[in-house]
Amino acid sequence: MDQEVTARLEKKAKEIRRDIISMTAAAGSGHPGGSLSSADIVTALYFRIMRLDPERPAWPDRDRFVLSKGHAAPVLYSALAERGFFPTSELLTLRKLGSRLQGHPDMKSLPGVEMSTGSLGQGLAVANGMALTGKLDNRDYRVFVLMGDGENQEGMVWEAAMASSHYKLDNLTAFLDHNGLQIDGPVRQVMSIEPVADKWKAFGWDVQVIDGHDLSQIIKAVEKAKEVKGRPQMIVAETVKGKGVSFMENNVDWHGKAPNPQETEKALAELA
Amino acid sequence: MKKIATREAYGEALAELGAEIPDIVVLDADLSKSTKTIDFAKRFPNRFFDMGVAEANMLGTAAGLAASGKIPFCSTFAVFAVGRAFDQLRNSICYPMLNVKIGASHAGISVGEDGASHQSIEDIALTRVLPNLTVIVPADAAETKKAVLAAVKIKGPVYLRLGRLAVPALHEDDFVFEPGKAITMREGSSATIIAAGLMMAEALAAANELANEGLEVRVVNMHTIKPLDAEAVIRAAQETKAIVTAEEHSIIGGLGSAVAEVVCEHCPIPVYRVGIKDSFGESGAPSELLQKFGLTSRHIADAVRKIKGLK
Repeated sequence: MDQEVTARLEKKAKEIRRDIISMTAAAGSGHPGGSLSSADIVTALYFRIMRLDPERPAWPDRDRFVLSKGHAAPVLYSALAERGFFPTSELLTLRKLGSRLQGHPDMKSLPGVEMSTGSLGQGLAVANGMALTGKLDNRDYRVFVLMGDGENQEGMVWEAAMASSHYKLDNLTAFLDHNGLQIDGPVRQVMSIEPVADKWKAFGWDVQVIDGHDLSQIIKAVEKAKEVKGRPQMIVAETVKGKGVSFMENNVDWHGKAPNPQETEKALAELA
Repeated sequence: MKKIATREAYGEALAELGAEIPDIVVLDADLSKSTKTIDFAKRFPNRFFDMGVAEANMLGTAAGLAASGKIPFCSTFAVFAVGRAFDQLRNSICYPMLNVKIGASHAGISVGEDGASHQSIEDIALTRVLPNLTVIVPADAAETKKAVLAAVKIKGPVYLRLGRLAVPALHEDDFVFEPGKAITMREGSSATIIAAGLMMAEALAAANELANEGLEVRVVNMHTIKPLDAEAVIRAAQETKAIVTAEEHSIIGGLGSAVAEVVCEHCPIPVYRVGIKDSFGESGAPSELLQKFGLTSRHIADAVRKIKGLK
């Protein structure tokens, strides 16, 4: 991938990170940590990888993205607005009464949101359903799903993992935002999911482990995943919770807390 | 007359509609021989997905199929469809109002010998509390077939409560089945029995018994629990001044509760609820269980006599 493209995507990822800070600050609540950790993955998907048309959010041949870790709604909303699905001016209405930008994604209210999520563990099953339709209808769209690492503690994730593999859903690519932190502390301490890559392999998935903040690695991993036949693909993205804002990085306190005005100013300065 | 279980009619209806409507897909959780989705599976194997013993995943997958344009019917026992997978039903299906149909079989105590773990006596309470969900409890095979077709026409989630036990046909000729519109099975002015599912036949038998005593009671078939036909309930309350409800479900939160809610708000009159009185079921033959748990025509007739001050 040429440097120009990488530079453009890096700039976009930074804009999305700025949006995440501004949105959660304006809302006075929300989840900046896990939104920032997945910002590069979401940027790569919406600005390079996925086949989309913001003018036709219901286009049957579009690629689908399911944000299974629905609490990272700010990153999705920012990407959709920056991509033209709705005005960026609406971003600051996040979590406000009457807003289309609900605390967790609501597919009925906002164009571009493929699935209402928020109750963890359900997105992969939904993505499986979309991938099955693609197979039944001989459409060549791809389905992407983003899960959190804490989310992999949900039993239903593994029911779905078994099914994706059983039904040979090679039109499905999952990302694991492996930032290592969940509300109560480090995932390893709360309820270890390790060795998580081996678990996905054991469930019959093609598995890659990448640096989830390296845009060219993310794009290359998806290109490689697209070549896999007969199996779903998992991309374990090693990430840093709060990535891009020094005082939020690797700090579990920023899982579900909005920055105050001083912190917002500092964060935006770092992301300038 | 030959008795047919509503699950049998459901399986036949799906297989028939499958030929006409290519978007129908069917999912089951390792119970296709019991839920009767096997009829569809045999005719349309590429549109049938066995999801194994994983009900939550089945409902989530159905949500994704619906979000991409299919009309998925999911089947398993009612106790699992609603109890095991309630969060998926709520958050992945009802909240986004996806076009998923749940054909939940083996509802109620008439499951029989399998016992309490498999006898769903709370699924009406759990489903009717969910926004966007239509809840239908057909009383016989003919109603079931019409209910399946109606479910396809409804744009949004539908819960069909089906039984294991063979039940008699209640409709002689062709009849109109419209979700949300109760059917008056028998006219009368001394009291009204409002029933659903297999209790419908018991309600009609009770009405016969009471007619012999000179008591003409109205019998209303409330096949749709949600949206409830409030108008029919209010009319019954105003015109007959006493209502007995009958359901194969807990008296807490089911049809009786739904009727009582309407009556209390609009025209308070006495309402007696015939149903399972806040207890789990147990193993036994269906007829023995219906007797033991107070779900027969005799129990309904007794309730009418009590409400009329005759006993």
